[in-house]
Amino acid sequence: MDITDIFLQLMLTADMTIRLSAVLTLACLAGLFSERAGIFDIGLEGKMLFSAFLSATVAYESGNVWLGVLAGIAGSMVFSLIHGLASITFRGNQLISGVALNFLASGLTVVVGNAWYHQGGRTPTLSGAARFHEITLPFADLLRDVPFLGPIYADVISGHKPIVYIAFAAVPLTWWILYRTRFGLRLRAVGENPESVDTAGISVVRLRFTAVMIAGVLCGIAGAYLSTSQAAGFGREMSAGRGYIALAALIFAKWRPFYALGATLLFGLLGAISNLYPNINVFGLFDIPVQFTQALPYILTVVILAGFVGKAVPPRAGGEPYVKER
Amino acid sequence: MTGEKQQGRQETAAPAIELKGISKAFGPVQANRDISLSVAKGTIHGIVGENGAGKSTLMSILYGFYKADAGEIYINGQRTPIPDSQAAIAAGIGMVFQHFKLVENFTVLENVVLGAEDGALLRPSLAKARKTLVQLAHEYELEVDPDAVIEELSVGHQQRVEILKALYRSADILILDEPTGVLTPSEADHLFRILKNLRAQGKTIILITHKLREIMEATDTVSVMRQGQMTATMKTRDTSPQKLAELMVGRKVLLRVDKKPAKPGKPVLRVENLRLTDSAGVERLKGISFEVRAGEILGIAGVAGNGQSELLDVLGGISPAEGRITLHDRPLPLAGRHANGQARRSDGIAHVPEDRQRLGLIMDFMAWENMCFGYHNDPKYNKGPLMMDNPAILDDTAEKMQRFDIRPPNPRLRAESFSGGNQQKLVLAREIERNPEVLLVGQPTRGVDIGAIEFIHQQIVALRDAGKAILLVSVELEEILSLTDRVAVMFDGRIMGERITSETDEKELGLMMAGVSGEAA
Amino acid sequence: MDKMPRWADVFLVPFINLILAFVVSGLVVLAIGENPFKAIWIMISGSLGSTSGIGYTLYYATNYMFTGLAVAVAFHARLFNIGGEGQAAVAGIGTALVLLAFDWPYWWLAMPFAIIGAAVFGAAWAFIPAYLQAKRGSHIVITTIMFNFIGAALMGFLLNGILKNPDTQNAETVAFPKGAHLPTVHEVLSPLGINFAKSAPLNVSFLLALACAVGVWFLLWRTRLGYQIRAFGQSETAARYAGIDAVKITVITMLISGALAGMLSINVVMGEQGRLIKEFVEGAGFVGIAVALMGRSHPFGIVLASLLFGMLTQGGFELMWDMPAISREMVLVIQALIILFTGALDNMVRDPVERLFLRMRKRKG
Repeated sequence: MDITDIFLQLMLTADMTIRLSAVLTLACLAGLFSERAGIFDIGLEGKMLFSAFLSATVAYESGNVWLGVLAGIAGSMVFSLIHGLASITFRGNQLISGVALNFLASGLTVVVGNAWYHQGGRTPTLSGAARFHEITLPFADLLRDVPFLGPIYADVISGHKPIVYIAFAAVPLTWWILYRTRFGLRLRAVGENPESVDTAGISVVRLRFTAVMIAGVLCGIAGAYLSTSQAAGFGREMSAGRGYIALAALIFAKWRPFYALGATLLFGLLGAISNLYPNINVFGLFDIPVQFTQALPYILTVVILAGFVGKAVPPRAGGEPYVKER
Repeated sequence: MTGEKQQGRQETAAPAIELKGISKAFGPVQANRDISLSVAKGTIHGIVGENGAGKSTLMSILYGFYKADAGEIYINGQRTPIPDSQAAIAAGIGMVFQHFKLVENFTVLENVVLGAEDGALLRPSLAKARKTLVQLAHEYELEVDPDAVIEELSVGHQQRVEILKALYRSADILILDEPTGVLTPSEADHLFRILKNLRAQGKTIILITHKLREIMEATDTVSVMRQGQMTATMKTRDTSPQKLAELMVGRKVLLRVDKKPAKPGKPVLRVENLRLTDSAGVERLKGISFEVRAGEILGIAGVAGNGQSELLDVLGGISPAEGRITLHDRPLPLAGRHANGQARRSDGIAHVPEDRQRLGLIMDFMAWENMCFGYHNDPKYNKGPLMMDNPAILDDTAEKMQRFDIRPPNPRLRAESFSGGNQQKLVLAREIERNPEVLLVGQPTRGVDIGAIEFIHQQIVALRDAGKAILLVSVELEEILSLTDRVAVMFDGRIMGERITSETDEKELGLMMAGVSGEAA
Repeated sequence: MDKMPRWADVFLVPFINLILAFVVSGLVVLAIGENPFKAIWIMISGSLGSTSGIGYTLYYATNYMFTGLAVAVAFHARLFNIGGEGQAAVAGIGTALVLLAFDWPYWWLAMPFAIIGAAVFGAAWAFIPAYLQAKRGSHIVITTIMFNFIGAALMGFLLNGILKNPDTQNAETVAFPKGAHLPTVHEVLSPLGINFAKSAPLNVSFLLALACAVGVWFLLWRTRLGYQIRAFGQSETAARYAGIDAVKITVITMLISGALAGMLSINVVMGEQGRLIKEFVEGAGFVGIAVALMGRSHPFGIVLASLLFGMLTQGGFELMWDMPAISREMVLVIQALIILFTGALDNMVRDPVERLFLRMRKRKG
């Protein structure tokens, strides 16, 4: 392998990392909004799956991918609403609610999909305006010939589907909302000590619902990406555990936006490696099995959770329904 | 003298606050019953009452934290419905809760601004608040570093942040719920100076407390609450602590416990240079030494939060520590696998914890399941190596309930179904009946009705007279003075001095509680 | 004072929750354009209408008893073990290793060793999350989720590698020796002259599950360990005061929980499939959560809830045959709604019922 070959391989890996990370980033930020407000959300997976299904269906029926995305977001928000009712209004167990919603999405998408399209839960293949296509950033072709940086710009940074750019733009936006706005201040406060918010005359319920609904929007976009950008249509269980990886990334990121970007890029990279190089041979001695690379995000998260590499401290009021004390 | 004239004039104006017929029930419990109250503008009004008399509930209603079932609220003569805290803030009411409502990892500035922002963006609000904070600090002796993170501030400073929060929202009426419970006497004095400054500026203040000394010292008028009702309102200068105490409990209070002089024997428990650093890295115990003799009650006095709870935890085997503790000259393990509640119990140390609901009992367990709690390894409660002997525990419980007059005497009732006093008796029955060498007791009568207090005090004295060593931690000086034989005062993780109880008084102990060392006091 | 009578707490509220779940499920069926009442009838007759149906129903119920008990034991120590799926899967490896190690002559000889193998492997997979929770405060929900995925990867690695049957394309082991075959209900009952359908996979593991239910009840309410587990679950601070070792209780409880989840592999791997197949757990670990919730974490309730969920699963298969518009995943939807209503939205029903009882009492008093 010569140097250009290695460069090419690296470019290929970087390109794939970005594509795989985008959906994780969106889901991770969704979890961030929810958990920063004190509501655990292990239902990211289900919301994405449900959105993926609805956006594929509506995009197919209408022939307009943007309508599909809107439908996906709406579906995901309905799930958020249920999660909010369970964990905020009725002070139920947030984890159990999340588990239930994940189940519901797995079942409902296939039942309804099968009833409508009779393809074993798949939706018909999307084409033309019913799915997203790559965007070429300005000057990409012009700059391609600039040595080294040119191809990176033209082939790695340019040429992704729109939602990828939305995902990465959402990171600084989330940071700004969290640390520079009134809403962000209140959001962080309600996840740490809801009483402080309540006694300041702000509605804990409304604040938490808002956070949970934002999570719904972000999961909705993430799900739409799966079925209208990454694939051309919905397939059963197509979220394939990404919601859980996003959850892992959130812990890895210690509930902070830019760290979240770093964590999702890392997990995206691991995904890209396991896709591109299934069995990595180490110095001709032994193979690293593909299953190991696939499991690595989960293993890393357990290591982080164990506190051997920096302690992850969740928001203090996380997981606890707010009840005014007597 | 002009001050008094002014005050006289203000009293004829509309009262700052007027409550009419306020009632509030929590399920079957009637917390407030038809309460009416009027507080004149520019005065400090005290509300006294025992724990559970309904003071905090009433103030939470005034602050919109709870909705009253019935009644009306008038602010400055205007009828003002207060459905939520937002409405209370808009009506110019600010509240400093007993447990602060601060976001621990936010700065002072962020906490003050929270809920009182000027716009959707944060920066202008923070800049404005910074300026206002400097002004307020200057005006009322409320200095705090605006950029300090709350969890790094002392309790006294955290309280100032709470007051600043209210003032920043331009509150004219300030409610303080048990504000001195966590303060040293000197911090409390500073607080009262602040309150008097505020009054001078025309603010109205409601001070809720169960400490009569503070009422006499700081208030203009005072109301007494008992069992959810307002029993009396009067001018402070027309009353006395004894009269207030009577009104609070509804009959003459027994301030002294009938007991014979102690006959202390050999030292049983000896503590030397005990140190404890908590998980946050704060040193809670800074070299504690004392001894408790057989047949005496050693009291540990001090303002809450000066290391007494940690001391009990270490002695009871709950927290590890450094130093040396000996029981009958035999050292006890302070860290590692053998420093736990089981080991302490088998060594003959019984522990009636400060917080019976979180530590002493399992609220969801039935009385009989609680009666063997901590002693569940005792062969008398076991059948063979693996099984519990449930019938034996039931019989044992029924018998103890009778002896300690625990009502209702039903071993199958859950702990949460008993009143505070009966819950405490459950714990006490369990621990005292073990006939321990050492009894650790924390706040034995907190939230306990008067009848049960007498009984509990008698039981503790009886155990002392049986020649056992007793360590009693209490934040109630009255309890310390009436029950103990010797007293040690804790401040900031240290023991400031020791006194024979009969040779000291409230004033001297108060000085030590404020951090003045025993030699100076 | 209790807010409502115990029967209302234990039976009435879960019953209303269950009805709500079925009503919403019915609406889904209606939306697809089928008759929900007909669907229910198909499910009931399909699960209870024949010995074959009953055999399948009880076979699934056996699985759910194991996973439900696993979740419930952990619940009593206030640990949410969401990792039953992974623990059962890894336990399958233990079962397979034991059964492949010898040419077992008799099932009754093989079964105890297979149980030990399953228990040890299932418990081992619960050990690390338990230890990390107890010692390092790592949230056990997250770690057990992670271990489900790691377990799946491990299964994939082994069944595509050293344990793979070289004669097939599938990720599975070779068949276990004939002697390790567990007697099915047909084989047990036919000597007695009772003709039970030959196809039904129900086997002696059902009795093992019932024994486990009794064992869990005995453990929790009759033994010192159970007392400590419940005390620890009710109040961690009080448990520390009493000198109950939090690390020990957390770890032991999770080991028991993992071992119980592992018993599923006796029913499925040893009893039904006769070899280890990669995806054999099929979500039963998650159904255990619903079962434990529905059964209020009490073994008796869990047995009843398992029967219900067994009927659902078997009835769901029948539904797929008789109503082609409805796919098997309808069962998932129903399960999800049951978890949602009994677990997460419980207060939606509980609060009004409590108020009702309070008002009735006031009127009386």
